[in-house]
Amino acid sequence: MATKKLMKGNEALAEAAIRSGCRFYFGYPITPQTELAEYMARYLPKAGGVFLQAESEIAAISMVYGTSAAGKRVMTSSSSPGISLKQEGISYLAGSNLPAVIVNVQRGGPGLGGIQPSQSDYWQATKGGGHGDYHLIVLAPSTVQEMADLTVLAFDLADKYRVQTMILADGTVGQMMEPVELPEPVQKEYDKPWALRGKGNGKSKFITSLSLSPEELEQWNINNFEKYRHIEETEQRAEEFLMDDAEICIVAFGISARVSRNAVIAAREKGIKAGLIRPITLYPFPKDILRRHTSHVSRFISVELNMGQMIEDIRLSTDCCRPVSLCNRTGGVIVTPEEVLAAIEGGK
Amino acid sequence: MIVFDKPKCLKDAPMHYCPGCAHGLVHRIVAQAVDELDIQDKTIGVAPVGCAVFAYNYFDVDMVEASHGRAPAVATGVKRADPSRIVFAYQGDGDLASIGMTETVHTAARGENLTVIFINNAIYGMTGGQMAPTSLPGQITQTSPYGRDVNTVGYPVKVCELLATLEAPYYIERVAVNSVKNVRRAEKAIRKAFQNQIEGKGYSFVEVVAACPTNWKMKPVDANRWVEEQMIPYYPLGVFKDKDEQK
Ligand SMILES: Cc1ncc(C[n+]2csc(CCOP(=O)(O)OP(=O)(O)O)c2C)c(N)n1
Ligand code: SF4
Repeated sequence: MATKKLMKGNEALAEAAIRSGCRFYFGYPITPQTELAEYMARYLPKAGGVFLQAESEIAAISMVYGTSAAGKRVMTSSSSPGISLKQEGISYLAGSNLPAVIVNVQRGGPGLGGIQPSQSDYWQATKGGGHGDYHLIVLAPSTVQEMADLTVLAFDLADKYRVQTMILADGTVGQMMEPVELPEPVQKEYDKPWALRGKGNGKSKFITSLSLSPEELEQWNINNFEKYRHIEETEQRAEEFLMDDAEICIVAFGISARVSRNAVIAAREKGIKAGLIRPITLYPFPKDILRRHTSHVSRFISVELNMGQMIEDIRLSTDCCRPVSLCNRTGGVIVTPEEVLAAIEGGK
Repeated sequence: MIVFDKPKCLKDAPMHYCPGCAHGLVHRIVAQAVDELDIQDKTIGVAPVGCAVFAYNYFDVDMVEASHGRAPAVATGVKRADPSRIVFAYQGDGDLASIGMTETVHTAARGENLTVIFINNAIYGMTGGQMAPTSLPGQITQTSPYGRDVNTVGYPVKVCELLATLEAPYYIERVAVNSVKNVRRAEKAIRKAFQNQIEGKGYSFVEVVAACPTNWKMKPVDANRWVEEQMIPYYPLGVFKDKDEQK
């Protein structure tokens, strides 16, 4: 059995990125993702890679754009205010079908907000974020182990579909220390015939997101959405906990799911049939998994660290066939197991 | 009139630029430099947002189109991905000296080993003639209809002078393309800016004082005269930095 190492979430993510073959990192300092960039600064050059502290998040994501266009695995990370600045570049990446991995270790907002953990960028991450019609694949780790594992997955999905993958973490998972089994270095390489390497003896290529013909741009979007539809059908992921006979179903991701799990255990001890669905992919939202349980679930509770964002996806996924209530804290305050338990008991 | 054989690294596609526009001429000069240095196979260009947005339809090299002002950052990403490639960014004044000023300054400050070609036509061409960071004092544009008032919007930015204060850049020169003599100097400067990169010397920047007859609302000949009489006095031509000379 592989040995486990005690690591911070942010560091585990960084190490997993290097092991995933990522050799390029561009970023701008911001709390609470600091350890991630610092880890990259220390270890990426030793792995023969490039760490570059950009002059801004806009520059960083533009560097990501250039490196991805050149066919390399590349990553950037930031926290909420910085992710807002990256939206221009993310939209351009989407418009050019360039793979990239973007990490958001969320903090409270809006504006400069605070530096404590939050999940208030759910809408921004899952509904597009920048201008134009597009989606990111959004992965939500809830343990240090998952910070590593979902990073490997993020690079793979980005290359497989030529999409942008966002790891939507939060300050708690980023900062906490847990034993982690690091992934084996990834050998698999994707063929990227579109990558710019200089024309050599062949035909010159270009990468652009510009399309001035409305019909062409419409068709491009239609084709792109075929891909998103396929992703929605095949890439939904969620963890189910005590869901077989659950009557009350908590839906929670990231740190909220860890808290909720304890509340579900406490509820079961009291004889309440509670269960937990923990979305691992926020886009595609695991709607098929939610739907599968509507026959025995009488109500859903969305537990999130914001004013109620994911709750809309729960309602949409289940066609509002069951009541959905909200149990939330925000601004950097973390919901407690007692509060979640009260929400479970409250609706009785 | 200046006539060229079509450089190998320009495609056959007819250019969409207006008559008398400097972009077409500067494309030829860049293409010619790439031909002469025999680097077409390994050159990657970065197109701006501006009238040259379709540069990838004209240059027969691999090209990527950046968002508005970010070409130097995109070029940094391309160059860092594979330093053996020859990378250039091609940008207008709104792109380079307004929205992209941060990227411009920091790419220069890092001394990225790449080549930046800057077309300073003192106006926003593509969006229809608005005031640029380089529009001259008193210059009438769509958004300075009474002339650029330096008391309320300040003075035009002299980019070469500004970048020359930085330690890292290797070579900074300002040229023009309004006369045969000036075109010859521009050819030499642009070739040198690529040669420097091939030799790994570092950041090379060539500003081309250029005409936009359409948005200046002038005939091409008058536009060239305006370059000579109005622009060049404000934007003096010459070498602002050349580390070759400091040795
Ligand atoms: C973020 C963003 N803001 C504004 C625009 C609109 N826009 C397109 S080109 C341009 C200015 C181009 O002027 P310049 O860089 O001087 O190049 P020229 O067209 O004169 O060659 C602007 C403002 C845009 N495309 N993107
Ligand atoms: S608008 Fe000006 S810069 Fe644009 S193509 Fe016409 S002359 Fe050239």
